[in-house]
Amino acid sequence: MREDRILGIIPSDWRFELTKFSYVRAFLKSRWIPFVFILLNASFLTLILYSSFRGGFSAGNYNFGVSMTWVLWWSVLMILMVPFFSRLWCSICPFPLFGEWLQRGRLITVRESPFLGLNKPWPKGLRNMWLMNGVFLSVTFLAGLFTVRPFETFLILGLMFIAATISMLVWQRRTFCLYICPVSGFQGLYSNLAIIEIRRKDPEICKNHKTKTCFSGNRDGYGCPWMITPYDIRDNTNCGLCLECFKTCPFDNMAIYLRPPGVDLLNKDMGMDEAWKAFIMLGTFFTFYESFQSPHGFLKDWFRGEPLSGYFILILVHLFLSLILLPLLHLTASYLSKVISGDRDKNLRRIFANTSIMLVPVGSAAWAAFSLGIIMPNGSYVIQVISDPFGLGWNLLGTSDIPWRPCLSGLIHPLQSLIVTIGFIFSIDTGYRISQKTFSGDSAAKGFIPLAIYNSLITMIILILITI
Amino acid sequence: MILFVLSIISFAREGTFENQERRIDVVARRFYYSPDTIVVNRGDRVILRLISEDVQHGLYIDGYDLNVTAYPGSDGRVSFVADRTGKFTFRCSVTCGMHHPYMVGYLKVLPNKYFYISLWTVLAILAALLLRISL
Repeated sequence: MREDRILGIIPSDWRFELTKFSYVRAFLKSRWIPFVFILLNASFLTLILYSSFRGGFSAGNYNFGVSMTWVLWWSVLMILMVPFFSRLWCSICPFPLFGEWLQRGRLITVRESPFLGLNKPWPKGLRNMWLMNGVFLSVTFLAGLFTVRPFETFLILGLMFIAATISMLVWQRRTFCLYICPVSGFQGLYSNLAIIEIRRKDPEICKNHKTKTCFSGNRDGYGCPWMITPYDIRDNTNCGLCLECFKTCPFDNMAIYLRPPGVDLLNKDMGMDEAWKAFIMLGTFFTFYESFQSPHGFLKDWFRGEPLSGYFILILVHLFLSLILLPLLHLTASYLSKVISGDRDKNLRRIFANTSIMLVPVGSAAWAAFSLGIIMPNGSYVIQVISDPFGLGWNLLGTSDIPWRPCLSGLIHPLQSLIVTIGFIFSIDTGYRISQKTFSGDSAAKGFIPLAIYNSLITMIILILITI
Repeated sequence: MILFVLSIISFAREGTFENQERRIDVVARRFYYSPDTIVVNRGDRVILRLISEDVQHGLYIDGYDLNVTAYPGSDGRVSFVADRTGKFTFRCSVTCGMHHPYMVGYLKVLPNKYFYISLWTVLAILAALLLRISL
């Protein structure tokens, strides 16, 4: 049998265990990790909340809260963290800190008695991404305000913190992160591209370990807060990299591996909620790119509600694009794929859901390109505001007087198109393999043709937006 | 092969334009420029006048590293030879309000090689794939 290789180059089963070094494992097993990073981020969040509250309704580019959140954090998240390091952000996110503290009654050590709070299970019908899709879309409606004004940044971050805290007192473990958080869904979906993963090492050890402490917890750590089964992780979607399973496994059978990019995409069974997440992300990219990085002034007016009718038109177009047009295009490609493949027994619904994973690499690349268009021209604002976080005339690091200067801005469009093209190559590679798994024998190649053409069209539209 | 030939033809178009002097008035108001897109040919001399209608605005051209500012009653002027091809964003360089970071326009210097490179790359990959499937 031919060896399965990503892009025909890297064997898909290639792994390098980062935790084989004893000092790395010891570091990750410490209860201080990732707590110290969460604490550090919580300190930053406090500064961000305070400065954005102080900033009020001023122009946000000189505000610490706005610049740190929407220029620095967002760009690092979309360019580096999600595509390469999975849910690394989730592992150090400060929003659940307070709620988890209240829930456990401990910050660092392990509470062996039952959790505080109501500890209710999340309703079965909502154990998917649909609610997160709705919350994410709702948040995008206000992006024209909170990404540029401090007080709106304060409101949205403050609301996130309150929602996380309250929901952790009501529902068990990290229900908020799994089913509610607006930035969790796309991180979960796109983290399947990442070059790292947490997996068990020897399946036999897990099979013979009856108590499954990685899920139930023990005196060394909590049962998986993300409510997955670490002894059997199949993809990165819901693994929050919290490292509790490293602490609770008595056999040191959990490991962090380096791996080829995108291998999870080949094995993942996409649900409809995840398929729509992929459409929503792509649709939101189109809306945001045209509104924020294109010269159409009327879109910027509409996004801030001037006039209100324009705002509603923009929202309707955004919803139509994300929830109807892109899914319809994908459905058409899936239907043609089924017809051309000649494999008529295959379920169209399954073809539709499975092949939607092709939109993950190109979608993630589009967002990385968009974020590059934020950080490269606006990064110097971040350097300025760190010296004067509260706008009090301070010059802590001697950088507050540095004038605004875009970084290598002549390369923005070429780099954006390069990133999208790389994403497209991964999409095509993934799509072909998914097609091979979906259809049998020769029909796989035929069935892939409409999907490849559809994906090329989507990519060309993105490239036209960026380069022409 | 066909795609390769087409891309060569695209690049061969470079230098076939007649260079001109282009005088362009750009009106800036919060948070857009008018015209919002300027199209010139490679080698054209561009004389750009920035007129502000409300508050102080700037116009910084990515890739050309040129900056000009204007406020109502005081126009800004900048002159340059468009010697780099492609699409370049020009953006406001003076904080003018809440959407200031997104106040942008496009300078397109033809021929737009990045557009052709990107598009032909995608088409070439698609063609190679379809070829591989059909063989």
